[in-house]
Amino acid sequence: MSPWVLAGLVGAALVGLGLYGLILHPHPLRKLLAFNLIGSGVFLVFGIVARRGAAAGFSFDPIPQAMVITGIVVAFAASALAVALILRLHAESGRVTLDPEAWTKPDDGAAKS
Amino acid sequence: MSVLPFLDVALALLIVGLAVWTIAARVLFASVVGYVAYGLLLALVWVRLYAPDVALTEAAVGSGVTGVLLITAGKRLGAARAGEAGPAPGLAQKLFAGALALLVAGALAAVILILPDPAPSLAPQAAAAADGPGAGLGNPITAVLISYRSFDTMLEKVVLILAVLGVWSVGADKAWGAAPAPLGQRNPYGASVFLAQMLAPVGAVIGVHIFWVGADAPGGAFQGGALLAAMWMIAMMARITEPPRIDARRLRLALVAGPAVFLIAGLAGPLMAGSFFAFPHAFAKPIILFIEAFMLLSIAVALPALVAGPPSGRSE
Repeated sequence: MSPWVLAGLVGAALVGLGLYGLILHPHPLRKLLAFNLIGSGVFLVFGIVARRGAAAGFSFDPIPQAMVITGIVVAFAASALAVALILRLHAESGRVTLDPEAWTKPDDGAAKS
Repeated sequence: MSVLPFLDVALALLIVGLAVWTIAARVLFASVVGYVAYGLLLALVWVRLYAPDVALTEAAVGSGVTGVLLITAGKRLGAARAGEAGPAPGLAQKLFAGALALLVAGALAAVILILPDPAPSLAPQAAAAADGPGAGLGNPITAVLISYRSFDTMLEKVVLILAVLGVWSVGADKAWGAAPAPLGQRNPYGASVFLAQMLAPVGAVIGVHIFWVGADAPGGAFQGGALLAAMWMIAMMARITEPPRIDARRLRLALVAGPAVFLIAGLAGPLMAGSFFAFPHAFAKPIILFIEAFMLLSIAVALPALVAGPPSGRSE
């Protein structure tokens, strides 16, 4: 098996693992981590497309690679925004749950500002 | 020759194992540490895919800065127990999510195994970009980022600024204009102060070097800027310096410098070379280095601003 096929299969596995964690973890920061796993899996799949597109004297296709670099930075920016929202949620309500039922319950330390 | 396939398989197993750990770990901190190690190993895979530029970015931004962001967030949340976030998922939910994840991963793997042959490629256009309007650039990635897809790269810097604005806006109204909360604890460990004092100057020099060689070798404004940002954050964690007030004029100018200079150079393109974001052949390399220098500055300022978070209004 050539290295790029292996890397592509790892990418597919990462997407699956990330999706599983994103659905099941109740904690928003853990969801964010899982989402980043999905992201790096997608980047890896993109990377093997770049590797297979070797032409014109390059051993890779530079355009998908440049897009992955852009993607990594944008993914970080989105993660930072998500972290800021989670922290504000916690600062406002003292809770970090995303469970809609927990928010509609009247008792149990209702939100105060 | 004979060892490399085994190394590849071992690396793949380690990465998938660490990803499982990131998902399965009980404690947030352990999960984040697993994620950082995972990002560093992933950088090695990028090297194997002949993508050293991506490897540098993944190691610096995807693994390092994201790790700092999540560890800082975990500390600020305090010891929020897993149970507080909501009820643990039931067995049916686990089975369903597992089946869905398997389906998606399986479909993706199948697509990878039946990718078209020969593969489509834009490499000739990239070669033209490295040789044409962005003349004299030995690193085709930099040529693509600054010349072939220059508009995307400029807009990506705008995305970074928008993200910083978003993070700042999440803060409380009365804290607007103040500095974000300090990154480190009140009395930092001697070891972390020593590390910052020793590492930050060296790291800053390496960051500028990576930027400077980026025109011809792996590296560039992204990777160099991320390294400079990391050094600033190490200094902030050791409390050698504090996050700046968000209404500081110098901070804001540094944030917008990269895209602004890029946009001005792009708008000057029609006058100098006949089209938007085109650079005259003879001066392309100095112009690109000039633009990248300001992008380096913007990235080095934006990443720590994103990690430091919204203004807190608290002062010590």
